[in-house]
Amino acid sequence: MRSVLVAICLLFAGAAVARADDYVLTIKDHRFTPTEIKVPANQRVMITVINDDATPEEFDSSALKVEKVIAGKSKAVVRIGPLKPGTYAFIGEYNEATAKGIVIAE
Amino acid sequence: MLGALIIVFREVIEAGLIVGIVMAATRGVPNRGRWVLIGVGAGVLGAAIVAMFAGVISEAFQGTGQELFNASVLGVAVIMLMWHNAWMARHGREIADEMRRVGTAVTEGTKPLTALAIVVGLAVLREGSEVVLFLYGILASGTTVSSLLTGGLLGIAAGAAFSALTYFGLLAIPNRHIFSVTSWLIALLAAGMAAQSVQFLNNAGLVVALDRTVWDTSWLLSEGSILGRLLHTLIGYTERPTEMQLAVYVSILIAMFLLMRVARYSPTRRIHAAAE
Repeated sequence: MRSVLVAICLLFAGAAVARADDYVLTIKDHRFTPTEIKVPANQRVMITVINDDATPEEFDSSALKVEKVIAGKSKAVVRIGPLKPGTYAFIGEYNEATAKGIVIAE
Repeated sequence: MLGALIIVFREVIEAGLIVGIVMAATRGVPNRGRWVLIGVGAGVLGAAIVAMFAGVISEAFQGTGQELFNASVLGVAVIMLMWHNAWMARHGREIADEMRRVGTAVTEGTKPLTALAIVVGLAVLREGSEVVLFLYGILASGTTVSSLLTGGLLGIAAGAAFSALTYFGLLAIPNRHIFSVTSWLIALLAAGMAAQSVQFLNNAGLVVALDRTVWDTSWLLSEGSILGRLLHTLIGYTERPTEMQLAVYVSILIAMFLLMRVARYSPTRRIHAAAE
């Protein structure tokens, strides 16, 4: 009985983790990977941003209405939306020349 | 060096605008320079501390610490600005009268100065912590200290010059009107900060009602441009406001207006009026 409960808990925990990790952006050498993320339009979406660099970065987008500092060697969750279908640019404000990407809502 | 100059300037002008307005709004109040300096000093110190603990703040409250921190800082600034305007609505005329008579006001005005020193401190704290993090980043990526310092200091100097420009620009307004002009500037500043604050709560997933975008004027004026940034700080310009942001913006303006009306009709003023 207990093992069934544990299994169910693990299942839910797994599902929850999978949801939060649906959209992942990684910063490495002051670049985002991937540089394009497709998300569903008209709903709230969470993007996990992993900063693999040692230096802090600011995920910045006036189009997505987000400004969030991500410390070096750490990760943070960015909440966006609901977005109308379209293309939304974002940058890493501290390394604007290289850290660029877009969110495509469809 | 140029990179450091540009980004530092960009952050400093935002705090600089606020300092310029505060200086103009407290024209003639004794010791205001000292209060503003205390605000700037505390802000710089706070910025360094916030930058140092950026990771810890971020991870607090299930990863929404940074949003909640920003929302609170802005929220406190809005309350301080309202407090200042209420006080000014009550005492502004006396100060203006004294300034006309003796060139300077002797009215003791500690209350609004505390409020405005806090506003200055919070503005410097918010923008300053970003500057510190950015400078730390380019330092760690191998830029020489001297070029970083040159860029950073030039950026701060340019920002300070901009602050002075704002101040002297506002001083050109005749004494008679200066307090009503600065009161309105402060009202718009507060409304803009409140709209920003509520967006941070939205980012934290706390206030998600009315989250649809009302319009998009990014084609006309990008929030990332220098003018866009200035207007963002000054009147809360947002290229894509949500329904909630608009509602909060308008509510704060109305609340500010009512507060100033109520403050103006103080009991003491009525007694004076009756005696005359």
